[in-house]
Amino acid sequence: MHIPDGFINGATSAGFGVAAAGGVGAALRQTGKYLSDRQVPLAGLVAAFVFAAQMFNFPVISGMSGHLMGGVLAAVLIGPWAGFIVIAVVLLVQGIFFADGGLTALGLNIFNLGFIGALGGYAIYRMLLQALPKNENGVIIAAGLAAGISVPLAALGFVVQFAIGGTVDLSMGTVLTAMLGTHILIGIGEGLITAMVIGAVVRSRPDLVYGAPDYTGVRTEVLA
Amino acid sequence: MTRDRRIFVVGLVAALLVAVVVAQFASSDPDGLEYVAEQEGFLETAEDHALAGAPLADYGENVSDNSWLNTALAGTVGVLLTLAIGYGFFWVARRTNGNRPESSIP
Repeated sequence: MHIPDGFINGATSAGFGVAAAGGVGAALRQTGKYLSDRQVPLAGLVAAFVFAAQMFNFPVISGMSGHLMGGVLAAVLIGPWAGFIVIAVVLLVQGIFFADGGLTALGLNIFNLGFIGALGGYAIYRMLLQALPKNENGVIIAAGLAAGISVPLAALGFVVQFAIGGTVDLSMGTVLTAMLGTHILIGIGEGLITAMVIGAVVRSRPDLVYGAPDYTGVRTEVLA
Repeated sequence: MTRDRRIFVVGLVAALLVAVVVAQFASSDPDGLEYVAEQEGFLETAEDHALAGAPLADYGENVSDNSWLNTALAGTVGVLLTLAIGYGFFWVARRTNGNRPESSIP
């Protein structure tokens, strides 16, 4: 879900650009509070992995594909604010080097995938975690469900942006219905991929998963 | 090899495998937003990308006639670039205010 230039007018794009820049500043400060020096390369690696995963468009319905957003995946692995940075970095690289996602639309995309996807998605993950079994399966299910829900929510973000600054006059009802309908389906793929990756990491190195509580109580301080 | 270095190598290999091998099987159908834009008739409002002439624009589509090679190249360069720039951002994050010296970790 990478908005190209032209869908949303300049003023709206600029407004979201300012919000995104503020978000990156806040994310750098917040991440600096908990990230240790040893985690810096791994956090960079999460960004690289999200970039890679976004290259894989999976088929959804005839004539339409979807790809991972990765906000919840990154947030559960390294924390919500670091997840926000991951999204911003991936969108920046895609926009500058791969002509994927408009440059003036960068703020719009960071808003949908970073603010809604990573930060909002992580808040949903924390809520779901309360209601699920207190073990690694709970972590995997909560991550998958939150990731799945985050996709139609991000699509809703686009609908709001389109309502504010869309360059064509369309019925918002039909755009809303179309965006939600398609992205609920894409969310299934997001949820499955997220659950698969979080599952692989949490079962082998639970200490590396920021969002996984220490259920065993015997976790060694390998990161400190 | 330390545990940290091992997990880093495993993760990097996984990212490269996804970008170089799994991405070869990517669907070329439009994604959700593009699909909706087409259906609702606002796809033509999209402007050409300002950097559409970049060497790896559209994931290396125009590098050679071999699409397997183009994707592999774009995937490898993209993973390494994102790793480097991501590392840079997190390095800066570690050094912005709010951080604490490494030695103060209990």
